[in-house]
Amino acid sequence: MFGWLRRRGSFSTEGDVVTLVTMNPGQVGIIVDVRGGRRMAERLAALGVRKDKRIKKVSSMILRGPVTIEVDRSQVAIGFHTAARILVDVSVK
Amino acid sequence: MGNPNVGKSVVFSRLTGVRVMSSNYPGTTVNYTEGRMKVGEEEAQVIDVPGSYTLDPTCEAEEVAVRMLDLGDVVINVVDSTNLERNLFLTLQLLERKIPVVVALNMWDDTIHRGISIDLEKLHEELGVPVIPTVAVSGQGIKELVEALPNAVVGNHQERTREERWAAVGHVTDSVQIISHRHHTWAERLSDATVKPVQGGVIALGVLVLSFAAIRLIGESIISWVMDPMYETLWMPVVQHVSDLLGGEGVLHAVLIGRVSDGVIDPVESFGLLSSGVYVPLAMVLPYIVSFYLVLGLMEDIGYLPRLAVLLDSAMHRLGLHGYAIIPTLLGLGCNVPAVLATRILESRRERFIAATLVAIAVPCASLQAVVVGLVGNFGYRYVFIVYGTLLLVWLILGMILNRMMKGFSPELLIEIPRYRWPLLEPVFAKLWARVRGFLREALPVFFVAILAINLLYLAGAFDELARVAAPVVTQLLGLPAEAVVALLVGFLRKDVALGLLAPLALTAGQYVIAAVVLAMFFPCVATFAVMFRELGAKDTAKSAGVMLVSALTVGAILNAIL
Repeated sequence: MFGWLRRRGSFSTEGDVVTLVTMNPGQVGIIVDVRGGRRMAERLAALGVRKDKRIKKVSSMILRGPVTIEVDRSQVAIGFHTAARILVDVSVK
Repeated sequence: MGNPNVGKSVVFSRLTGVRVMSSNYPGTTVNYTEGRMKVGEEEAQVIDVPGSYTLDPTCEAEEVAVRMLDLGDVVINVVDSTNLERNLFLTLQLLERKIPVVVALNMWDDTIHRGISIDLEKLHEELGVPVIPTVAVSGQGIKELVEALPNAVVGNHQERTREERWAAVGHVTDSVQIISHRHHTWAERLSDATVKPVQGGVIALGVLVLSFAAIRLIGESIISWVMDPMYETLWMPVVQHVSDLLGGEGVLHAVLIGRVSDGVIDPVESFGLLSSGVYVPLAMVLPYIVSFYLVLGLMEDIGYLPRLAVLLDSAMHRLGLHGYAIIPTLLGLGCNVPAVLATRILESRRERFIAATLVAIAVPCASLQAVVVGLVGNFGYRYVFIVYGTLLLVWLILGMILNRMMKGFSPELLIEIPRYRWPLLEPVFAKLWARVRGFLREALPVFFVAILAINLLYLAGAFDELARVAAPVVTQLLGLPAEAVVALLVGFLRKDVALGLLAPLALTAGQYVIAAVVLAMFFPCVATFAVMFRELGAKDTAKSAGVMLVSALTVGAILNAIL
């Protein structure tokens, strides 16, 4: 039912790749790409958010609020626009 | 040195005995602190620095940490042992820079109940430097850490690229760490709930209401059960006696005892050094300082504040800030000085300016709040709510205006959300004591000086001229009596004294509300002003002061028209 929501904002059509924003809370996936500036990518990497990492989405806040994910057994909150640039493959179990 | 929120400050306190603030959220420490410790026979200097994930700083606090790095002979790299992978990146960066390192694997006790096992011997081999497991909050492993300091070495690490370093981190973690599966704990389930929109919102509302109720209950209880009775039975007779000795009049009487109306020395209105000078700071303000910092300290140590930042992030973006700016804002409800300092956790200059200006204008410190509750509250709590409501509105509207007017955009929120921890009583009370002592040491002297200066200037008649000059603005625009101009000026020294000064003027409830709001907004106290000057520079402080003046007079005039 919410397929349109998931499709919108996803950059790739291969596999089941979605962004952190369109991913459902509780869903697990593997980060395939972090788009955006090098500086942001470095800050994200320092918090464990980088390519090939297995993550679980915890929640997203209403009104374009931050997305909270679980990575390396700890939680990280990521601003909406940054989260929209992080691509996750959710087909892996 | 180490990642944020790994317990560096706790380790530092254990090593040196110097108490520094520590809490359960990243960015508690925004400045460095020096201390001394004994290593064998020698005395060594220890520096506590803010946390940083890498040696490439992203905010002022991290810059402080990286700058201090050049000063050290040995770096104690404090590592969260429950999150080796993330922490080792910085460790390797340090080692590649050929800095002698000892690694403290802190929060070691947590690895056990989190199902993590780390092969210490192997980790030592991989890194080539001493690795000591510690539990800083209980002091475990600190002795071993000190003993290991002389063994600090640079290891054998070549410069790596970022990718190579992450690969190396991955290799080390995989070879030393085994993680066994375990179930979600209650803390983790609660943690998930507090960042979900609906549950989180309800919880936040509950937490805020409960906190305010608790602050009020504790503060009022201390006042009516401890401070008031003590003042009346122990101190009041002394004041009365001194008043009698001085014959009830004269210059010295005016300074020490102040005004006597109908034979009664009112603890607030008399304004003598021995009467109001003792009663207002100790019996009116101190109880609220204690209760506010007790509640704040508990919230800090439980680790709730970053969740609040997540919940409020989208709203704060409208003010040109991101959610984490809620931390300086909340600190400002205690005292604006540490709040302005805490803006160092924000990434851009623009954000720091907006956050600091909003704190200085619309966030009343605990001292001012105590007097607002004490004096304005006499007319009914409706009026106290008007004061708070107005300031909240000012905070929102002014934030939106600043956001529109200033060039640039606000960076996005990116924070680590700490695990909830059960607050330990000893650290909570130690932190409370440190803050209360700060108030007694730094605020109390200013308090006395302010009262003394007011009395002397009154006697010299200096205020009459001033009141005449400023009267048009104060009476016409704000609807306050001309004498109130003195209070507004004194507000530069201490806002609690300033509001107290208005007590004998027999103002109406509306006038009190206007005076309280204008006082809160008008100008920061001298201590806050000094910190703003240091943190923002002369130009931005002047800009900020201009915003204060304009907004205070505007809001005061509007209130005057409405009330």
